[in-house]
Amino acid sequence: MVAVKLENLTKKYKDVVAVDRLSLDIEEGELFALLGVNGAGKTTAIKMLSCLTAPTEGDAFLLGKSICRESADIKAFIAVSPQETAIAPGLSVRENLSLMCGIHGFSREKKDEKIRELTEQLSLESVLDRRAGKLSGGWQRRLSIAMALISEPRILFLDEPTLGLDVLARSELWDIIRALKGKVTILLTTHYMEEAEALSDRLAILKDGKLLMCDTPDGIKAATGEDSIEKAFIRVVKEAKK
Amino acid sequence: MRTLTFGGRNFKEILRDPLNLCFLFGFPIVLLLLLSAIQANIPVSLFEIEQLSPGIAVFGLSFMTLFAATLIAKDRQSSFMHRLYTTPMTPADFILGYTLPLLPIALAEGVVCFAFALILGLKLSINVLLSLIFLLPVALLYIAIGLLCGSVLSDKQVGGICGALLTNLSAWLSGIWFDLDLVGGVFKKIAYALPFVHAVEMERAVLVGNFPAALPHLWWVLGYAAATLIAAILLFLHQMKKQ
Ligand SMILES: Nc1ncnc2c1ncn2[C@@H]1O[C@H](COP(=O)(O)OP(=O)(O)O)[C@@H](O)[C@H]1O
Ligand SMILES: [Mg+2]
Repeated sequence: MVAVKLENLTKKYKDVVAVDRLSLDIEEGELFALLGVNGAGKTTAIKMLSCLTAPTEGDAFLLGKSICRESADIKAFIAVSPQETAIAPGLSVRENLSLMCGIHGFSREKKDEKIRELTEQLSLESVLDRRAGKLSGGWQRRLSIAMALISEPRILFLDEPTLGLDVLARSELWDIIRALKGKVTILLTTHYMEEAEALSDRLAILKDGKLLMCDTPDGIKAATGEDSIEKAFIRVVKEAKK
Repeated sequence: MRTLTFGGRNFKEILRDPLNLCFLFGFPIVLLLLLSAIQANIPVSLFEIEQLSPGIAVFGLSFMTLFAATLIAKDRQSSFMHRLYTTPMTPADFILGYTLPLLPIALAEGVVCFAFALILGLKLSINVLLSLIFLLPVALLYIAIGLLCGSVLSDKQVGGICGALLTNLSAWLSGIWFDLDLVGGVFKKIAYALPFVHAVEMERAVLVGNFPAALPHLWWVLGYAAATLIAAILLFLHQMKKQ
C-alpha cells in the first residue's frame, strides 16, 4: 500500500522555487531518504507533508488523505522530528516525554507505559532526570525522536536526524532508526551520502527542489555505473547541470 | 487538559531560569529599599510607601512581557513550535497555555512587592488585598504585549525591544519615578494616551480605598489589554498559517 504519495508538489517563495513539481510514492513500512545538499528543498518538502506550510501547487496524500484539505486527519497519524532539535530545554527528559503524552491526551497509565517503552527503545535511562537543554546534541536528537514516537505515528518525518553529531552518536542513532524500520513508514532527509546509503530502502536525489533520480541505493549505483552513492550523487547532480 | 499540560510546561520553563527569578523578586525589593532609603533622607511625597509600592508593583509586571515574549520567540526559533503544530494542539491551547501560567507568577510578584512594602511601613488593610486583585488586568496587558512581541520578533530582538525599550517606556511614561505634571505638555499627553500611567494611578487609588478614582483608569487598562490581546491572537494565528 502507498503510504505517501506526492503529486507535482511545489512550493514557491518570492523568487525561489524551493520544491519543484515533486512526484513520488513511498510504500507503507518503507524507509525513504531525501538526499540533497543544503538548500535542495528537503525541509520545505517535510514542512508541506507535515501540514505546516501549504503547497503553492500540487498535492500530497498521506494514507489517502490530502495535505491541502484533510490536515486535521493527517495530524492524528504523523509525527515530526524537526531539523532544529525541538525540545523543551528547561524540562527534564522525562518531563518532555510526559508533556507530549499530555498533549496527546493519554491517561496516566498509558503515559507511564509509553515513557517506559520509549526510554528503553531509545536507551534514555541514564539521562531521564537531566534537563534536556543541558544534554549533548546526540542525546537531544534521541529525545526529539522519542517525542515524535510518543503518539505512535504511522508516518514519521525525520529532518536531518544526525546533523552535527559526532561519528559515535551518529552510529548509535542509525541503530535506533534501523530498529524502527518496518514498524513505521519513515521519510528522512539528509545531506550525508553514507547515511542515505546505510539506512534507506530507497532514496531520492534532490537538487534545487527538483527530483533527479529515485531508486534503491544499489539501483542508483548501477544506473550511474559508480561504486558509491557519493560518486553516483555527484555524477547525477553534475549531469543535471548540463 | 492540553492547555493545562502546555501551561504547566511554560510555568516550569519560566520559573526554572534563575535570571528570571532574580528579575521577578529581586528587582522590586531592591527598588523599594533604594527609594525608601532616599525617601528617608530627602522626603519626596512621590516616594512615600503608599505612592511607591503600587508603582513598583506595576513596573515589576513589565517582566511578564519579557518572559512571555522570550519563551514564545525561543519556541518559534527552536522549531519546538513546529513540533507542536503537528500535534492536535489548537490555537486556543497555545494562547491560553502561554497566558495563564503568567497570571500566578504576576500575582506572586505583587505579593512579594506589597509584603516587602508592609515591612517598610505600609499599613495593612483590605485595600492591599484589593490592590493585588487589580494587578491582574495590568498583568494581562503586559502578557498580551509579550504574546504580540513573541509572535513577530526573534529572541534577540525580544531582549532589546521588550527588555530595554518597553521597560524604559513603561517606566518613563508611568509617573512612578517623577511627577508627570513637572514635565507636562506633549510628554504628559502621550503618557496619558498610553496605559502605563493609568495602571499606576489605578493601583494608587485602590491602595487608599478610593475606588471611584480607580475606575476610569481601570477602563484604560482593560481597553488596552483587550485590544493588545486581540492583536496578539490575530498575529499568532497569522504566523501559524504562514508557516
Ligand atoms: N520561509 C522561506 N522563505 C523564503 N525562502 C525560503 C524559506 N524556506 C526555505 N526557503 C528557500 O528554499 C530553498 C530550500 O530550502 P530548504 O527546504 O530549507 O532546503 P534544505 O532543507 O534542503 O537545506 C532555499 O533556497 C531556501 O533559501
Ligand atoms: Mg533543511
